[in-house]
Amino acid sequence: MKEWSSVLKNEELAVLELRRLYRERGYAQFKMSKFEEYELYVRNKNFLVSDHVITFTDAGGKLMALKPDVTLSIVKNSKLQAGCVQRLYYDEKVYRASRTDHSFREIPQVGLECLGDIDDFAILEVLTLAAKSLACISEDYVLDISHLGLLSALLDAMPLSDTAKDAIVSCIGEKNLHGILKICEDEGICAEQAEDLRALVSTYGPAERVLPILEARFGKGEAAEALGQLRKLCRSLSEMLPAGCIRLDFSVVSDLNYYNGIVFKGFIKGIPSGILSGGQYDKLMSRMGKRAGAVGFAVYLDLLEELYRKTGTGYDVDVLLLYSDADAPGTVQARIDALIGEGYTVSAQKSCPEKLKYRTLVRMNEKEGAKQ
Amino acid sequence: MKEMLNVALPKGRLGEKVYAMFARAGFECPSIEENNRKLIFENEEKMVRYFWVKPSDVAIYVERGAADIGVVGKDILLEYQPDIYELLDLDIGKCRMAVAAKADFHDDGMRTLRVATKFANIAKNYYASQGREIDIIHLNGSIEIAPILGLSDVIVDIVETGTTLRENNLVVNETIVPISARLIANKASFKFKSEPIERIANSLAEQKGEAK
Repeated sequence: MKEWSSVLKNEELAVLELRRLYRERGYAQFKMSKFEEYELYVRNKNFLVSDHVITFTDAGGKLMALKPDVTLSIVKNSKLQAGCVQRLYYDEKVYRASRTDHSFREIPQVGLECLGDIDDFAILEVLTLAAKSLACISEDYVLDISHLGLLSALLDAMPLSDTAKDAIVSCIGEKNLHGILKICEDEGICAEQAEDLRALVSTYGPAERVLPILEARFGKGEAAEALGQLRKLCRSLSEMLPAGCIRLDFSVVSDLNYYNGIVFKGFIKGIPSGILSGGQYDKLMSRMGKRAGAVGFAVYLDLLEELYRKTGTGYDVDVLLLYSDADAPGTVQARIDALIGEGYTVSAQKSCPEKLKYRTLVRMNEKEGAKQ
Repeated sequence: MKEMLNVALPKGRLGEKVYAMFARAGFECPSIEENNRKLIFENEEKMVRYFWVKPSDVAIYVERGAADIGVVGKDILLEYQPDIYELLDLDIGKCRMAVAAKADFHDDGMRTLRVATKFANIAKNYYASQGREIDIIHLNGSIEIAPILGLSDVIVDIVETGTTLRENNLVVNETIVPISARLIANKASFKFKSEPIERIANSLAEQKGEAK
């Protein structure tokens, strides 16, 4: 790998590292075509990050789409066997509309999906791989974990309209406590239940601090079950991963019609938004007629540009080698080979190109040239 | 290593008021009070950097991580729906987003409603929730003259005191949503600079309580 590190961009190296990580743990690569039948996305529109999809009619008259998502295709094509787990990873491009200017972009995405008989071990494995994926990119990372079972238990106990429920979930994602309390007030939710939601959203941080507070408040029923699962998972994670990287944060939310159980989001210092997103999506499996569970995540590689933008060398080439017609071609070639042998990148020119940024100028008739 | 906290403040009276609250929270930066045209101010001792930006741009600076936190009107958050944390309603800069029209205008629902506004998304969402078909006319300023000149039936705009509307013979028909200034934070910054951000949010919440 080392010899390629000077050629590949950091983003490309990160992808190779991630692929190695998943392959080592028995995940097989899922390869798919750029196109998928549009119907798949229409049926699961809310599962998509953006509902804008590029469509076209193929030669047979079928309405096709440039894939905006990989998970749906993996679920559709999954071959499940009772008692077993299918482990797949992907390194694909997806096509989505930008939220700001609504123009379509090609987004490189790496991710993995674990489908089948999903138990606590499978969830722990996926969470561990999510944390390790972030660590492959930078040591300064945080993986925020939440449990939708806890949120659902609280919301289901409240007499809320679907619109109000969606609005509350959206406020939870924004850590918007004043918004949550306002909706509860408008919907006639009792103060204690509103306070439960407030406690859920405002309690975040390391598991050892968060769990005792929440366990004291939500001691029974589904909420307690969810907290029990979180406790077990966090204990195992703390034995395997560096302290401080895993936090509980219940503002991590996903569509409750598709996701259930554990959901998570990964952040890297220097990247302004979450670079990794994942969770358990048994409800999607059920909607697609699959009698099995599933958990997975995606890493949004386009965001890596943000991180590595600041780490460029600022040069196009290490050495600009200037030669003239008087120099024998073989001598020029030999000089280039010698410089490359010393670990430099070299561009041989007869005159200095206007926009070329080089570290050192070397003339064929000199041993060492002026520095720029 | 302690890192600088970057704060985007909205230029103008609201921003000055907000800076005073930040200063009371222990994040003062005396150079900001000097009368000059600089836009960026830093206090290395307090590890804070302020910058004045156009009020409607605060959310962009915060969402993209150029600022860790900022203060912005709810109108901008509703219109652009940035992916940020909305930590606190500061209860200042209060006004409302409203539908206004000429006093004699009556919407009989028989025709597409022509709506002039700077806030196309807010207008679209509001009328979609009522199942009303509208034609959005996007304007960048002087919205009030649109109904007078027959360009639109109604306008959707911010109403503070209502003076501008009254002077242009318009009346408020409906209030869409109350607006006030919000403290917002970049989601990743909140993970890596949580201590100073929480300290500011808590102090601002206390100051808000004291002001009531």
